[in-house]
Amino acid sequence: MAETVPVKVTVNGAEHEARVEPRTLLVHFLRDDLDLTGTHIGCDTTNCGACTVLVDGVPMKSCTMFAVQADGHDLTTVEGLGVDGGGLEPIQQGFHEEHGLQCGFCTPGMMLVGKALLDRNPDPTEADIRKAISGNLCRCTGYQNIVKSIRHAAEQIRTGAAAGAEAGGGAA
Amino acid sequence: MSQATAQDIGGLGHSVRRKEDARFVRGKGRYVDDIKLKGMTYLALVRSPYAHARIGSIDISKAMEVEGVLAVITGADLEEAGLAWMPTLSHDQQMVLATGKVLFQGQEVAAVVAESRAAAADGAAAVRVDYVELPVVVDPHAALGDDAPVLREDRDEKSNHIFHWEAGDREATDAIFDACDVVVSQDMVYQRCHPAPLECCACVADWDPVNEKMTIYMTSQAPHAHRTLFALVAGLPEHKIRIISPDVGGGFGNKVPIYPGYVVSAVASLKLGRPVKWTEERSGNLQSTGFARDYHMHAELAATKDGKIRALRVKTLGDHGAFNAAAQPSKFPAGFYNICSGSYDLENAFVEVDGAYTNKAPGGIAYRCSFRVTEASYLIERTVDVLADEMGLDPAELRKRNFIDPGKFPYDTPLGWTYDSGNYVGAMDRALEMVGYDDLLKEQEEKRARGEIMGVGISSFTEIVGAGPGKQCDIAGIEMFDSCEVRVHPTGKVLARIGVQTQGQGHETTFAQILAEELGIPVGDITVEHGDTDTAPYGLGTYASRSTPVAGAATAVAARKVRAKAQKIAAHLLEVDEADLEWKDYAFRVKGAPDRSKTMQDIAFAAYTNVPEGLEAGLEAVDYYDPPNMTYPFGTYICVVDIDPGTGDWKVRKFVAVDDCGTVINPMVVEGQIHGGLTEGFAISKMQLIDYDENGSITGGNFMEYLIPTAVEAPHWDTDRTVTPSPHHPIGAKGVGESPNVGSPAAFVNAVIDALSPYGVRHIDMPITSDKVWKALRDAGVEG
Repeated sequence: MAETVPVKVTVNGAEHEARVEPRTLLVHFLRDDLDLTGTHIGCDTTNCGACTVLVDGVPMKSCTMFAVQADGHDLTTVEGLGVDGGGLEPIQQGFHEEHGLQCGFCTPGMMLVGKALLDRNPDPTEADIRKAISGNLCRCTGYQNIVKSIRHAAEQIRTGAAAGAEAGGGAA
Repeated sequence: MSQATAQDIGGLGHSVRRKEDARFVRGKGRYVDDIKLKGMTYLALVRSPYAHARIGSIDISKAMEVEGVLAVITGADLEEAGLAWMPTLSHDQQMVLATGKVLFQGQEVAAVVAESRAAAADGAAAVRVDYVELPVVVDPHAALGDDAPVLREDRDEKSNHIFHWEAGDREATDAIFDACDVVVSQDMVYQRCHPAPLECCACVADWDPVNEKMTIYMTSQAPHAHRTLFALVAGLPEHKIRIISPDVGGGFGNKVPIYPGYVVSAVASLKLGRPVKWTEERSGNLQSTGFARDYHMHAELAATKDGKIRALRVKTLGDHGAFNAAAQPSKFPAGFYNICSGSYDLENAFVEVDGAYTNKAPGGIAYRCSFRVTEASYLIERTVDVLADEMGLDPAELRKRNFIDPGKFPYDTPLGWTYDSGNYVGAMDRALEMVGYDDLLKEQEEKRARGEIMGVGISSFTEIVGAGPGKQCDIAGIEMFDSCEVRVHPTGKVLARIGVQTQGQGHETTFAQILAEELGIPVGDITVEHGDTDTAPYGLGTYASRSTPVAGAATAVAARKVRAKAQKIAAHLLEVDEADLEWKDYAFRVKGAPDRSKTMQDIAFAAYTNVPEGLEAGLEAVDYYDPPNMTYPFGTYICVVDIDPGTGDWKVRKFVAVDDCGTVINPMVVEGQIHGGLTEGFAISKMQLIDYDENGSITGGNFMEYLIPTAVEAPHWDTDRTVTPSPHHPIGAKGVGESPNVGSPAAFVNAVIDALSPYGVRHIDMPITSDKVWKALRDAGVEG
């Protein structure tokens, strides 16, 4: 067998220990070894951001990190969003309410970048948001509703009225 | 029972929040690469580094030594199975894995199957191929020259010419041109670009040797058509093939054709008796799968001195690359390019198109477009501006003088289409008002006096979507109907399955809204499924904005079939004659006594518990809808740009889009489609280019070179709409997904050229990058 090295990470609050080939990309470790397939791969060249995860709260493109580089760090993937009981947290609600997604492929990365932005800047301007998401490509929405989604989330957090609401069908 | 209101039901016209979001915002979408089956293996492709080369030998021995590699498949192996070539959707054939020679850089040469993704990649890197380079042809004009090498040795015709196609009346058109005072002409290239959905192509082929059934999970915009093609090509019985297209991460036309990766994965699964996953890399996606456009166009307009356009003449050369793999109805080698008379009332027109082979990737597919309608729309809207410039007329005024009058619909064009409905001046007037056109012209005059560079560009497009009438439009012989199957359960909940396939358009919500409106059942009680050929009714798939015009119509008609049976049951329950009932406010009501009523929920329960004598139980229907005509969405877009003379960069200051897609099902979804399509049009106008050097080496083969606008570059869009329903569609809807990508490129380019017109610039080909503008300004003597 190929040489493997140990890696120990916390992902969405749960500790994982595994042995991986040193060349294993973090995104492949998350998707193939931990079955966290909400993190996507769109380009292989760090351009698209579909693979974005939070490493100690900071957005990182997980196709550009080796799994071993995440050793000892605290990761958040899209599966780590939400509130207890399956409800949505504000960033997820924002994308649902403001139609910030179409095919859904860029959405996990976009939401995580949006969440990280709001963590450091609770009242961003449109320009702040556009700059913050500029490392993440979307082919469907033209970004306008993504900007609105993140503003919606900011508003929700500020008014504290967010917790627990459900996404799903039903009339507007 | 209290009566539901339209708001409660969430039928037509409501911005119902999307059902599919629930899984996507939780990371629970299921895209093909997310699928992991027991015993699954991984396939990697070996691609050609050369654009044209003879294959000497292929040495797989080193690859087979790589730990975990299970098999290496070459063209020779496929040849034994009769699968080295596969048919395209355009009367051509395409190599699955190369035999003899390669015809474009990135072509599939061999496949390595291994226990892991990494081992497959290692194996692919270890395959040794001896190539002998051959002369390369990248220019389609040169490809048709007498001294060009014949690229396709497999064809009987020993030339690189693929087809010649014409529409309209050549002689009558020539006669008008000879008689007209004003004639303008313009050469323009609609460059080769690529849809580049964020999810690349992928499949998992899973051969079950016990049940002799092949299940293929694949990124497919047309699962049923793909099932039939697999049956025809691979010889597997069609009931033993199941195509599942789960969540698809964007398509834009890229996922309409069948690609070699799918076929060789199926072959590998048959060979190994294990599931085989192939996931394309971005470079493979951009370098080998369906490109779009690459149309080299010459357009002429003939007009009277007072600005009445009388005729259009077009000559075009299409570069199809190494194989004609255009995905379009089989009787239309240039798609619906003859929509190029656009929104104008012309006396006559003539169009001719030739296709050529070159050493480039095969295609071209309809990138967010109904079969060459983007090229056509760009051509006419650009050329009308050239005419306005030549005559010194305001482009808005020139368009208005020549629009088809709203009273003339249905309108027969000189190029053979019958437009269903339109009010072009209505959309134009709304756009002019929104953008503040008169003020802009004043501002421009003042700025020009100060040497500042600003432009206003208009595009008043007419689309053709919703293929199609089956007798006119087919894919591989299969008529382009589409379908919906509706089942109403005893408790009044609904399961519907449709023959089209969402790639982000939101069908699970919008098709539920059509049913909600027709059945009076709340949208939350309706589930819409698609993408599994074992369960969904046969359909031709989602592309060319055909979902709403065709499958949307099938959905409404299927619901009306359900309602027709429901009426019999309601009559039985209310003990009245069927003819005494009317469907009003989402219930069957006794005429003259509307309080005596039965809702669909009441009726559904009775359909399983208390049917009248002579009527079979159950409440369901299926409809295969063959539209009587296409639909013709339209609109006016106006773009305002400012140009930095120092850098040549152009920025969109304002963009107004007024669309008319007929009846609107979900305004929020429609607006989302418009935003996305405009952004793709902006990308094409400004940055997207798949180019090749003289060796046939691709430039633009990854996301570092093939540019996608980010949120920083993407403009802000102001949208509005007019509503002119389609008279032949059951709910009056026309389809919308592609209008913004069809209509907008001409608006951007017209704005930039308008800005540069004082400097003698009449045309610049897309993508209009800053350096092209900078050079045009320097050539005109403008200092930075």
